[in-house]
Amino acid sequence: MRLAVASGKGGTGKTTVALSLAFVAGDPVVYVDCDVEEPNAHIFLRPRITHSTVVHIPVPSVDETRCTHCGECAAVCRYGAIASLPSMTLVFKELCHGCGGCAIACPTNAISESPNRIGVVESGPSSVLNNVTLVQGRIDVGVPLSPPLIRSVKEKAGDEEFVILDCPPGTSCPMIAAVKEVDYVALVTEPTPFGLNDLKLAVETLRELELPFGVVINRSSERDGLIEEFCVTTGTEILGRIPDDRRAAEAYSRGVIPALEVRQVRQACERLLARILAAAGDEPQ
Amino acid sequence: MKIAITATGTTPESPLDARFGRAAYFLVFDPETNTWETVENTQNLNAAQGAGIQSAQNVIRSGARFVITGGHCGPKAFEVLRVAGVNVYVSAAPSVAEALRLFQAGELEWVEAPDVEGHWA
Repeated sequence: MRLAVASGKGGTGKTTVALSLAFVAGDPVVYVDCDVEEPNAHIFLRPRITHSTVVHIPVPSVDETRCTHCGECAAVCRYGAIASLPSMTLVFKELCHGCGGCAIACPTNAISESPNRIGVVESGPSSVLNNVTLVQGRIDVGVPLSPPLIRSVKEKAGDEEFVILDCPPGTSCPMIAAVKEVDYVALVTEPTPFGLNDLKLAVETLRELELPFGVVINRSSERDGLIEEFCVTTGTEILGRIPDDRRAAEAYSRGVIPALEVRQVRQACERLLARILAAAGDEPQ
Repeated sequence: MKIAITATGTTPESPLDARFGRAAYFLVFDPETNTWETVENTQNLNAAQGAGIQSAQNVIRSGARFVITGGHCGPKAFEVLRVAGVNVYVSAAPSVAEALRLFQAGELEWVEAPDVEGHWA
């Protein structure tokens, strides 16, 4: 079971929910922090990093002695990473996604690919939750494209029995790279107009990707009606609610998983996990 | 030597486009023949990334040796233009034709460095 915890809006509680689910699962969990631009699950899980791998993507280098400046490479690059000028070819490797299209398109075999470092993938057992192994990616400073690193992080997580993916916020490429090919997505939102607005975007995105999903209302309050109305009219399942509890925020701010300290959060997450497993068609653990 | 000017329309009376990479058009003036050529830039206007690089490439391929922008030129576009030996000028003129006149009168300011951050920085 690969469960993605995602949200349209940042700061709705993805990490709180994902960590709390990993805690209440009890059985071995591989926790994948896909937010490679700002990984934070390590603050709560305090892992002992046992593996670290440098990740590269292949970027083109041009042999000017063979290049005829025909422009085929620049024309095929949908990322605009190559400028083909009448007397030379310029490669902007920071825009390159490493697809290799330019090397295939080049009629004179002037393009070869060389590795360009983008970040690291690390993993190790948590010293806080003994059923959890953390896998995380850290993108290098100045590298603007995270999807290739996110894919490497997911590869490293492998096909373990239960994998929880803590996704980057938003609905753009990093989020899509993280949720792709998971079995189920839990969309975390909050009962505010901002939460609702970004939930709508995330729901549209997941429908487009044809992924099964349900909604988790974090900081649940008397304002939940805002989210409920949207879910009812769009036929979206509400999987559960995490109560709005100051103690949860205080625990989080100290780097402590809220479910470890706040009974109401733990109980809500136990119910939530059972509901997710039922919705995803897995047997309750 | 040809001069490419960012434009919001296809005639010399059009206002300049304030952006280089995502300019709607480039109007390229050839002083030898006294004629204008229109280079469409719609593709880059809508590009997710790399607009400046591709716009610079297209301007260079049009044969222009000078660029006049209505406001800005980002770092990657600037780099491509610099490598190709194309000088960038900026103008607040109300039309492309007026910008050309000021350029030919030597009244435009040469831009020595990109004046805005890249969107990926």
